[in-house]
Amino acid sequence: MTRTTQPPARRTRPTTARHAVVPAMLSAGLLLAACASPGTAGSDGSGDAIDGASDGADEATPVEGGNLTFAITVDSHCIDPQQVGNNDAIAVARQTVASLTAQDPETGEIVPWLATSWESNEDASSFTFTLRDDATYADGTPIDAESVKTNFDAIVALGAKASLGSQYLAGYEGTTVVDEHTVTVDFAAPSAQFLQATSTFSLGLLSPATAQLTPEDRCTGDFVGSGPFAVSSYTQDSEIVLEKVPDYAWGSEANGHTGAAYLDTITYTVVPESSVRTGSLASGQIDATAAIATVDLPQFAGDGFWSTYRANPGVVFSLFPNESSPLGGDKAVRQAILKGIDREQVATTLLTEEDQPATSVLSHSTPLYTDLGDALAYDPEGAKKILDDAGWVEGADGVREKDGQRLSTTVTFWQVPEPLELVQQQLAQIGVELNLQHVTVAESQAIKESGDFDFDYYNLTRSDPDVLRLIFSANARNVNKREPAEVDSLLDSSATITDPTQRQDVLAQAAELLVEDAHAIPVYELSTTIVAADHVHGLGFEASSRLDFYDAWVEGGAGS
Amino acid sequence: MTRYLLRRVGQGVFVLWAAWTISFFILYLLPSDPAALIAARGGEADTVDPALLEQLRAQYGLDRPVRVQYVTALLAALRLDFGQSYASGGPAMDVVAGVLPSTIQLAAVALVLGVALGALLAVATVLPRAAWLRQLVSTLPPVGVALPTFWVGLILLQVFSFRLGLFPAMGDDGVASLVLPAVTLAVPVAAGLAQVLSRSLREALGEPYVETARAKGASRLRVQLGHALRNAALPAFTMLGLTVGGLLGGTVVTETVFSRAGLGRLAVTAVNSQDIPVVQAIVVVSALVFVTVTLVVDLVYPLIDPRIAVRAPALAA
Repeated sequence: MTRTTQPPARRTRPTTARHAVVPAMLSAGLLLAACASPGTAGSDGSGDAIDGASDGADEATPVEGGNLTFAITVDSHCIDPQQVGNNDAIAVARQTVASLTAQDPETGEIVPWLATSWESNEDASSFTFTLRDDATYADGTPIDAESVKTNFDAIVALGAKASLGSQYLAGYEGTTVVDEHTVTVDFAAPSAQFLQATSTFSLGLLSPATAQLTPEDRCTGDFVGSGPFAVSSYTQDSEIVLEKVPDYAWGSEANGHTGAAYLDTITYTVVPESSVRTGSLASGQIDATAAIATVDLPQFAGDGFWSTYRANPGVVFSLFPNESSPLGGDKAVRQAILKGIDREQVATTLLTEEDQPATSVLSHSTPLYTDLGDALAYDPEGAKKILDDAGWVEGADGVREKDGQRLSTTVTFWQVPEPLELVQQQLAQIGVELNLQHVTVAESQAIKESGDFDFDYYNLTRSDPDVLRLIFSANARNVNKREPAEVDSLLDSSATITDPTQRQDVLAQAAELLVEDAHAIPVYELSTTIVAADHVHGLGFEASSRLDFYDAWVEGGAGS
Repeated sequence: MTRYLLRRVGQGVFVLWAAWTISFFILYLLPSDPAALIAARGGEADTVDPALLEQLRAQYGLDRPVRVQYVTALLAALRLDFGQSYASGGPAMDVVAGVLPSTIQLAAVALVLGVALGALLAVATVLPRAAWLRQLVSTLPPVGVALPTFWVGLILLQVFSFRLGLFPAMGDDGVASLVLPAVTLAVPVAAGLAQVLSRSLREALGEPYVETARAKGASRLRVQLGHALRNAALPAFTMLGLTVGGLLGGTVVTETVFSRAGLGRLAVTAVNSQDIPVVQAIVVVSALVFVTVTLVVDLVYPLIDPRIAVRAPALAA
């Protein structure tokens, strides 16, 4: 499959007053070029294309009413925004809450939502938000300062059950109600990521009454939210119906309108079988889904359907060396592997045209991303030289050896094996034997915990570059299990900087060091693709590549 | 009779205990950590904060020795309390009870359909006068047994839902959504039943009493349906316990293909996410169904065939 079969065009939103609209038709080449230099947070939002679509511009006027049926793959038995982490659950939960801030999907800029303005202190350990005075929860309770405090306190109390939220609130000291519409959130240590975190569903606001419910009741949809949709019914393993909140009038600046949602209802049906999702979409039994198998995508190219995709922000699919293991701890081996992977080949031969080769540890849709494509170029000769210099010489079977030890290492993972199978072949050419240990999610957890592995492999979807500090810093998660190094001071200091330009600078240096010492070996960027029938409009992504139904509408509306 | 009954119920309880215990230890021995899986639900499948894991282990009692966990869980299970689902946090039994009606409905319709179809097919293997036709019909049951349920389901979907649009491909509201899954699930039931029934029909037709009936001038149809079928039905009836067990197993595939909520789907999800409380509740409910059906079949035997009624008390003695 080549990536230039059809010129993708950008699907424009009906009303984007604040941002210049990208020309509707972009050639594939232009799209790729644009992808290499996306906007940064704080820019005025010229809207570089970090997503794309397979049809022309969508300029029709939105129609109110109607239902949209959307297929998800699994019901993870919880749709509480403050507890969920699974993609399908998030697709439901995100619609039910509004957040203090929103993030513009094109620029990464944090824009007002429930908070009209905010400021932080010098070292990013204290944030003060001014709330708009007209917003209410779906039960009519006003969204005031006190309720914000109730929410954050409740998330911290949920602890492990709200693992994303607790992570965003790490070091939380408390929320102070300054006046009815002003709150201050204090942290024990600098936490620059918190501002972006306030735009996520995990810190989305629920009515104070919800904080009294048990976590399990909240899971099954008993919560009262603040978003454009509210839970109408939840049928375990089968169907979740959301209905619009008619009084909702506080759409964020990242969206196309501000009033109530266009759709009357969204019906999420759980369809576990991939071929059934394909057949159901093709036969009109569902309107849209974000889970069409790669091999089935071509049949929806045009012909009554459109698709749109967006690279997931965060850490790209990468090999993570366990540096407490002999081979993972060998810098020459890590660097050789980094240079011995042909990312372009992985992306073009195996993945959908939307999945792109990694150009940094972070994907290009992550705010404050910096292109490190040159450092990640395919360089088999360079890789061989590094190994030669380090004393790894070619053995009888083509695999290198040093002091009688073969250069044979193992990667442990649960995701689809094809990209790594290709990487395996590529590495064989530089004399490195990569064994693939493909296990279940459950097993991979156990292996991670035991620490008995050379390389790990996964991606992490986050829309704030703080994820770099979180997982790599020796003073945080330290996925490499390594000794403290120069990069740690950079990573740790990034948490204290709120100025986007300075923060990007520090993070770029950190990412450079991570790649240089091969603490991360990036492979490719994952993307999410929505496929929908032509009568569906406006369905798109928010900044974290989560689905956003607020601007969505269906032709015919209530009459359909 | 009472002693017989008590002994059978005792055996049933033993089976339930054994099923529960085996599932407990299999799940316990799996090389993974439920706490990590619970945390993974919160979106952290690949980097889990160790502090959160400790908190979760304590919360679900996973930090206690396995003996303590076993005894505690067993005592609770006696009160039908299988613990909290790791996925939703609600009682595991509620999760199972929530999907049970849908599975019962599907299995019941499939059973009726399967039995009717199977009986029809069995009779069709002996009824026609033309030998080639009997031969042809006889090849159908083995084919039906061999067809993978998964494949049958997908083919039915392709043709009757995606192409012709006659039935919905998913969901469980209304009769229309029940047709395709019930047919899919009924195919192996009908085929299995037809195999056993047609064989015992052929045997019965060789019995002396059939000769007698024929000699008395009974019609071909009356001999086959009135005399032979009644006697041939007994072995097929014995299969009922196994058939119901097979139906429950079949729902795993059928409910997944047809996107129906149910016990089978739940079993897949719960095993994949190693939601031990839910898996155990499913195992016990399924074992209970199996034990009950087998017991009822044994108790109903004497009513169908009086010859067995004489032997039943003797067996208990």
